[in-house]
Amino acid sequence: MNPARRRRILLIALEAGVPLAVLAGWWVWSVGADSFYFPALPTILTTFADTWLFERVGSDVVPSLARLAAGFGIAVVAGVAIGTALGLSPVARRVAGPLVEFGRAVPPPALLPFGMLVLGVGDAMKVFVIAVVCLWPVLLNTVDGVRGVDPTMLDTARVYGIGGLERLRRIVWPSALPQVFAGMRTSLSLALILMVISEMVASTEGIGYFVLESQRSFAIAEMWSGIVLLGVLGYLLNAALALLERRVLRWHRAALASALR
Amino acid sequence: MAHALRTRRGLGRWAQTWAGVATVLVLAELASRTGLLPQRYFPPVTEMFTALFAALGEPWFWLATGQTLQGWVLGLGIAALLAVPAGMLLGTSVVRYRAFRAVIEFLRPIPSVALVPLAILVYGAGLESKVFLAVFAAFWPLLIQTLYGMQDVDPVAVDTARAFRLTRAERITRVVLPGAVPYVATGLRISSSVALILAVTAELVIGSPGLGREINAARVGGAADLLYALIIVTGLIGWGLNSMFAAAERRVLHWHPSQRGAR
Amino acid sequence: MLEVNGLSKTYGEGERTTRALAELSFTVAEGEFVCVVGPSGCGKTTLLRCMAGLLPPTSGSVSLRGHVVAGPPEQVGFVFQEYSRSLMPWLSVRDNIALPLRHKRLGKAERTRLVEEAVESVGLTGFIDHFPWELSGGMQQRVAIARALAYEPEILLMDEPFASVDAQTRADLEDLVLRVRKDYGVTVVFVTHDIDEAVYLGDRVVVLTQPPTTVQEVLAVNLPEPRDQVETKELPEFAHLRAHVFRAIKRRQELRPAT
Ligand SMILES: Nc1ncnc2c1ncn2[C@@H]1O[C@H](COP(=O)(O)OP(=O)(O)O)[C@@H](O)[C@H]1O
Ligand SMILES: [Mg+2]
Repeated sequence: MNPARRRRILLIALEAGVPLAVLAGWWVWSVGADSFYFPALPTILTTFADTWLFERVGSDVVPSLARLAAGFGIAVVAGVAIGTALGLSPVARRVAGPLVEFGRAVPPPALLPFGMLVLGVGDAMKVFVIAVVCLWPVLLNTVDGVRGVDPTMLDTARVYGIGGLERLRRIVWPSALPQVFAGMRTSLSLALILMVISEMVASTEGIGYFVLESQRSFAIAEMWSGIVLLGVLGYLLNAALALLERRVLRWHRAALASALR
Repeated sequence: MAHALRTRRGLGRWAQTWAGVATVLVLAELASRTGLLPQRYFPPVTEMFTALFAALGEPWFWLATGQTLQGWVLGLGIAALLAVPAGMLLGTSVVRYRAFRAVIEFLRPIPSVALVPLAILVYGAGLESKVFLAVFAAFWPLLIQTLYGMQDVDPVAVDTARAFRLTRAERITRVVLPGAVPYVATGLRISSSVALILAVTAELVIGSPGLGREINAARVGGAADLLYALIIVTGLIGWGLNSMFAAAERRVLHWHPSQRGAR
Repeated sequence: MLEVNGLSKTYGEGERTTRALAELSFTVAEGEFVCVVGPSGCGKTTLLRCMAGLLPPTSGSVSLRGHVVAGPPEQVGFVFQEYSRSLMPWLSVRDNIALPLRHKRLGKAERTRLVEEAVESVGLTGFIDHFPWELSGGMQQRVAIARALAYEPEILLMDEPFASVDAQTRADLEDLVLRVRKDYGVTVVFVTHDIDEAVYLGDRVVVLTQPPTTVQEVLAVNLPEPRDQVETKELPEFAHLRAHVFRAIKRRQELRPAT
């Protein structure tokens, strides 16, 4: 076997082996330690199956994800719309500048008490807070994307009489899309955070409510199963967005690669 | 003449920049005074600022601000002490990087707030919980940025270093590390805002002492003007920290060739 | 058909001004192929952008059929120097060419026909569903030309379209332009810094000076048609003309203090 090949096999073995070893280590340690805070991994997994497959999916997971989707969706639409307007108009950009700077600087959880004061503790408040928090990354990235459209492309549009909505749809938005996706990635992590804490402070259902309530009633294995679920959801949601991005921005990666050729 | 024109235009821009803020503040004041928005939820802006200035004279306000900043600085500092060396260790060896890549990819997307119950359980409602959450959240952006930085080294620079017979250790300290500095700076800026978010979250959800807890207390006590005043304060803190890190980032970025063309 | 009257353009204001065009006048007749030649940085792109209505002149005017050009007129097609940046990487060759046709009142069949004819006339038939980044530089510039042709302009403005392709491709593209100009019967203003190219392509050559730029000379090219890369360039008249243009530019440079 040649050395290069042997090295490749070693790397693949490590890449698969280390995570498995970590998991096995946790398993062995947690079973042996019998700690109150860290229940045995098999116990957590059984509890996970009992709780989430699919007992509490309808009562907790679906409401949580629905609020997340609603807030995130509103933020993306509003962020792209406002970001486009600000990106196209220097005057609007200057007028809105300090407000946007301030809005995005407020630590997102500080908005929760405000939401609860004005909208109460229902779904509307949670969706509202998620939407406000997710708005800024999408908005700011859209502004950058719209401002970064190649001037030659804009000249091309002018020469060939492509204007108005047509110009936005065919030239400005596709060209800003890589930036918009970058904003969406940041927003998605924030959405997940706000989904969880809005349920922790003001809810009687949802995954965030479940984990905190489990902790309060010292149902430690349940609490861990909820943490595992949130980890899995975080992973899957990020992966789904990354997949969508790869699909939609195929031209972007290919164009970059050919520019570097 | 041209000079006067330019000054006038500069003045116009300055006016535009503040016109937006002024308009929003005046409209909010009017909407509240005329009862268009219920005063109980939306007190007049002037009252918010009155509450804000009153708070500035109170010891509890400065204590809470200090506690929030304490959680932030400890969280960010410890995260940096852990993440930057870890990133350097993983970034300088393909074997180490590949061994831990999957583990990182699985741990990173875990929403840090999922660990709130664990933090309460293990550390209670005090500073430790806040710091633990802030560290966990701030760790990942810094780790990833450091890794990128170590890996994105100009191959020509490495070849040059080789040609001049620099040792491996010299190559790392002279070529790789300086190249990674801008990435670490970016990571610090991102992690700084993440650490602040988690500090406020801990105060709000767990009740660790700090501004987050005071905001919630203002809500429970029905002091809407104070609630808004404190949100404004957190916004200003967030803005200040962000500007500070952004300025530092620009300073270290400006010589870096990979950043020169990019905007 | 097209008239440039006392055109001047100054960029910026205050101390940081660039006087790109001092005072320029010339005309382009219906169906003519006019080459504008001048050294790099003499304001060729500026001139063409003013002619296309993309840039307002500081003084003077451009008129098309007696109407002063204020914005991009409908009869004008443009081929940009930066072809890779004027094609949209998210659109296929077909969609790139069809993009300007969307707001022309055309039937779907008519639009498809225009696109396919244009693609065929630039020799890219097999590549109609490729994306720009899958094509070489020369092929991308063909797409840009096809886009301009499908738009059916009466006048085609081309800004150093072949400045960044290799010599062989460049010769092919030059002949392509001469051919499609006949097929489509379009008036062409072709900007270049290459004297050979200007003399080879043009019916007339407008020679520009160094900045601040004026027209140095307008030269009629009476070379036999059709032009041929080998035979035309062998002719003594060709050598004469290019030497003449070369001296015209060179002489002006020597009159000026070195910069
Ligand atoms: N947008 C602009 N702002 C300021 N100066 C410009 C601008 N565009 C071109 N110039 C200047 O005008 C002169 C002519 O430029 P250009 O028309 O691009 O020349 P050419 O196409 O002949 O190379 C140059 O000195 C250039 O620096
Ligand atoms: Mg040019």
